[in-house]
Formats: sequence, C-alpha cells, structure tokens
Amino acid sequence: MTDKTLDTATPRGGMPPLHRAIFVGLLVVFAVAPFVLYPVFLMKILCFALFACAFNLLLGYGGLLSFGHAAYFGGASYVSAHAAKVWGLTPELSVLCGTAAAALLGLVIGSFAIRRQGIYFAMITLAFAQMVFFFSLQAPFTGGEDGIQAIPRRALFGVFNISSDINFYYFVLAVVFAGLLLIYRIIHSPFGQVLKAIRESEPRAISLGYRVNSYKLALFVLSAALAGLAGATKALVFQLASLTDVHWSMSGEVVLMALLGGMNTIFGPIAGAAVVVTMQNYFASFGAWVTVLQGVIFVLGVLLFRQGIVGVIARWLKRPL
Amino acid sequence: MFELLGIPPQALFGQLLLGLINGSFYAILSLGLAVIFGLLNIINFAHGAQYMMGAFLAWMLLHYLGIGYWWALILVPVIVGAFGVVIERLMLSRLYKLDHLYGLLLTFGIALIIQGLFRNAYGISGMPYSIPSQLAGGQNLGFMFLPNYRAWVVVFSLVVCLGTWFMIEKTRLGAYLRAATENPTLVGAFGINVPRMITLTYGFGVALAALAGVLAAPVYSVNPNMGADLIIVVFAVVVIGGMGSILGAIITGFGLGLVEGLTRVFYPEASSVVIFVIMAIVLLVKPAGLFGRA
Repeated sequence: MTDKTLDTATPRGGMPPLHRAIFVGLLVVFAVAPFVLYPVFLMKILCFALFACAFNLLLGYGGLLSFGHAAYFGGASYVSAHAAKVWGLTPELSVLCGTAAAALLGLVIGSFAIRRQGIYFAMITLAFAQMVFFFSLQAPFTGGEDGIQAIPRRALFGVFNISSDINFYYFVLAVVFAGLLLIYRIIHSPFGQVLKAIRESEPRAISLGYRVNSYKLALFVLSAALAGLAGATKALVFQLASLTDVHWSMSGEVVLMALLGGMNTIFGPIAGAAVVVTMQNYFASFGAWVTVLQGVIFVLGVLLFRQGIVGVIARWLKRPL
Repeated sequence: MFELLGIPPQALFGQLLLGLINGSFYAILSLGLAVIFGLLNIINFAHGAQYMMGAFLAWMLLHYLGIGYWWALILVPVIVGAFGVVIERLMLSRLYKLDHLYGLLLTFGIALIIQGLFRNAYGISGMPYSIPSQLAGGQNLGFMFLPNYRAWVVVFSLVVCLGTWFMIEKTRLGAYLRAATENPTLVGAFGINVPRMITLTYGFGVALAALAGVLAAPVYSVNPNMGADLIIVVFAVVVIGGMGSILGAIITGFGLGLVEGLTRVFYPEASSVVIFVIMAIVLLVKPAGLFGRA
C-alpha cells in the first residue's frame, strides 16, 4: 500500500545507529514519563502502540489489510482476564495465556482469510472478527455486557508485588518494548525480506520457489499473537476485559493509528497510537464527536497525508524510520 | 393445526418471512456493493451508513416536512444518491490510481463521520416510523399471519433487484457499463464519458442503499447504528456470492436471509453467526465465491 516504499534493509551488524538511538530515546522517555504524566494513561498508550505495530506488521510488511484485529486484541484480553481472575495465575502467565489464545485464533482465521486477497481479505477478517464479537457477547465466561471486572494484579512471578500503578507500569513497559523489539527483528530477518518480496510481487516469489501462503499465514499468526500480547496486557492494566476491545470500531481504530503514524514505517504506529489515545483521552467528554473526528482524520489521512507523521519525517530525513 | 418437525407453523413461517425480509436488504445492499465494485474497484464501506441515512431521511421528511412514505420512497434515494455523487467527485475520484484499499479506508472514514453526526443529533435510541396506512394490517393465510407491509417489502425488493439486473444485463446503458468494467480506456476511446459514468454508478449504488433504508424504516426502529452491524453481514454475503454476477448477488442475498431465518427457528443461538460460518465453508470449498470469477 505504498506510494513509494522506503528501504528497510539493515546493514550487517544489527540495528542502524539512528534506530538504536530512537529505541533508547523512547525507552528513556517512557521510563521517566510516569513521574510527570498519569501512569494508566501512559500504559494505555504503550499497549496501543504495541497493538498498532503488530497490526502494521501485517499491513506494512505483508501488504495485508486486516479489518478484524480487534478479535485478537480483545480475545486475548478476555483470556488473560479469565486466567488472572478465575485460574489465579500470575500476571506474566496470564499475559502468555492471552497471547497463546490470540495466536491460535490467528491461525484459524488466518488460514481462511489468506485464501483471498485485497479487499476480500479485509472483508473476511472483519466478518470473522464480528463472529468473535458475537461469541464474546454470548459465551458464559466473558460476562456479556458487563465484561470481566476487578481483575486482580497478583505478584509478578509469584514474588514481586506490582499491584500499584507505578510498579505495574514498568512491567508493561518491559512487555511492550520486548514486543516492539521482536517486531523490529521480524521485519529485518530473512523471513521479513521474503515477505517484502511477496508483497512486491507474489507471482515472482512463487516462481522463486517460496511457499507464499505459508509465509503469509506465519506473518498473520505473528501479528495476531503480538496484538494479543497488547490486549492481554491492557486487560491487566485496566483490570477489565470488555466488549469494547472486540468491537469492530476497535479494529478501525488500529487501522487509523497505523495510517496516521505512517504505514510502512517502523515507528509510525507508535506515534499514531500516542496521538489517537491522547485525542480520545482529552475529547472523551464530547461523546460521539470523537467518532466524527476519527472519521475526518481517516478521510484527510487518505486524501492528503498517506505517508503519515513518521513517513513525512522519514522522507524529510531521507532515512527509513 | 399441523406441526413441522415439532415447530408450530406460525413460528416457522414467521421466521422464514423475517428471513426473507432480511434477505431483501442483504440482496439490495450487496447488489449496490457489487455494482459499485464492478466499475470503481472499491468496496463502499459507507454503504451501511448510507442505508441508515436513507431511513433517517425518510423519518425526517415525515416529521419535519410532513412528507409521507410514498414520496420518501422516491425522494430519499435521489437525495442520498446526490450526496454519493458529491462524495465521488470530491474524494473517491482522487484515489483511482492508488491501491484499492485506500478506497476502503476513505469510505470507512465517511461512515464514521455520518454515524457520529447522527448519534450526536439523535442519540442511540431508535425512532419509530409507522407503516403507511395503505399497507397496514395483514392477511390470514391459514398457516400464518402475513402483514401487508412485510409482503410489500419482499415483493418490491424483488422488483428493484430484477429491474437493476435487467438494466445492467439487457439494456444499451448496461452494455456500456459492463464494457467499461472490462476496459474503461477502450470504452472512453469510443466517445463515452467514462468518468461521468463512474460518478453516476456510485450515485446509483448509494441510492439503492438509501432505498433499502426507506424500506427498512417501518420494520426496524430508525437509529444511527442500524447500518453498522448490517454492513458486516452484507460483506460476508458478498464474499459468499462473489461480486462477479448481479444475479448471483440477488440469489445469495435472499438465500442467506432464508437460511438465517431457518437457523433462528431450529438453533437460535447460532442465528447471528450462521452467515459467517457459511462464509468460512465457502472459502474452503470455492474461495472465489459461489458466483465469483477466480
């Protein structure tokens, strides 16, 4: 989906200095931020940043627009909430349960969805996500309209007490950064390079002997699992898993984050998530005007600003970001 | 009274009728999507919002101007269709050279704007729209009670669908349209104004959605979210049918409505997901869709 694809290949010897500087900079900023800003707000940004990057892994690097990523995000949040509340698991195990569930869901839905391409792929993922929504509405363990509330924050590894927001913040920071670095690694691995080849020309990749569908499915599962990691963590942050996280509007929001920040960039979705979450936070009292505003950003983004915030900066710096 | 498979006939035929009504809306909406997709190569995500606009406009005409159902049936598609023409000229026409997914994102944004504006103005509780007096009441068929309005919806939808099919498959205008779908450059070389045809086609597809909205207004309550969930089901219908054939879209729409109705009788828990399950099966067996071209 690019107008002009930026080269994201890495020179041998690991991360280029600019990217390393950005990661370190982000880490420092987010490590200090909770002393200035409200930790729960920051944790929300972190979770959505990971969610948006996981989504963009599929769109920006696989060229597949999923309109149903809420299914993995929300599905994982339910499983993680259930694991923490009913099974009494520790946070790291609850998050892992949620992630595994999202990966499994991604495997099932992905193996259907990759049979079609382009807009059909978008419609199919949306339809399956709606199925997950109806399941969440009716299944006995999800609590219907109420969701799963008052999820306990148990001790990390059964030892460290992280129940306070500020302590829990650093757990979330660690999880999200681990996820972001993994995404970075996937993009720059030999696997990522094959995906790029598939995105640019599928028939050529097939003729070179790559099993295109296996690569696509693997990418779909990875993207779903990482979206699940974000959702599972978010459930523990808010101590709540609800229908909002599986609703199609959540799938739309993550598309908006990637579009606004810059599809085809590594750091774009992080910026997009920060902007969208901040906007929701400050305009929450305006009700449905937030929806209208999101729609306007979508329209303007598609018509005038397709490279996104980070895409524009990258072009300005003449470096891939 | 007789019973079928342990189900009282009133319940069975009642649900089948409801299925047929839903099927009418699926058919008209997926038909509109298919017509738009054929020429513009975009999926109109705003289709659900435009259907909702149709229902609201009918309600507004009645409540603010006292214009009744029959006039609404003509005026609303024209007004909403004109709105579609404006959207196509101002926005969509700038995207044709880009990846088709941008059209999806743009129309999704338009859908959010429309839904948000109506939610602000009217809240999320539904507005009732009464059945026109000529179609009030119903017939007792012996095995079931058939409300006149519902029969009218099914018959009128069939006429609209078949009329559209006739226009596209059997008239000269339709021949131009099909030719432009295959090769717009060549058709343009014959002196046919293809950009104008594209604009009018989008307007026509949107008008169909609005017409479905007017038909739906007396059946369901008129509320800003009525299109949002419906459009996702219609997407599944489109995936099942494939967008290659007009008649295919009509048959799939009505057929899936009936299947949904039957599911509501025999296994109500699955009624909201049965169409998605069918979509999954079709993707396994015939990925291009029942009537699609690979």
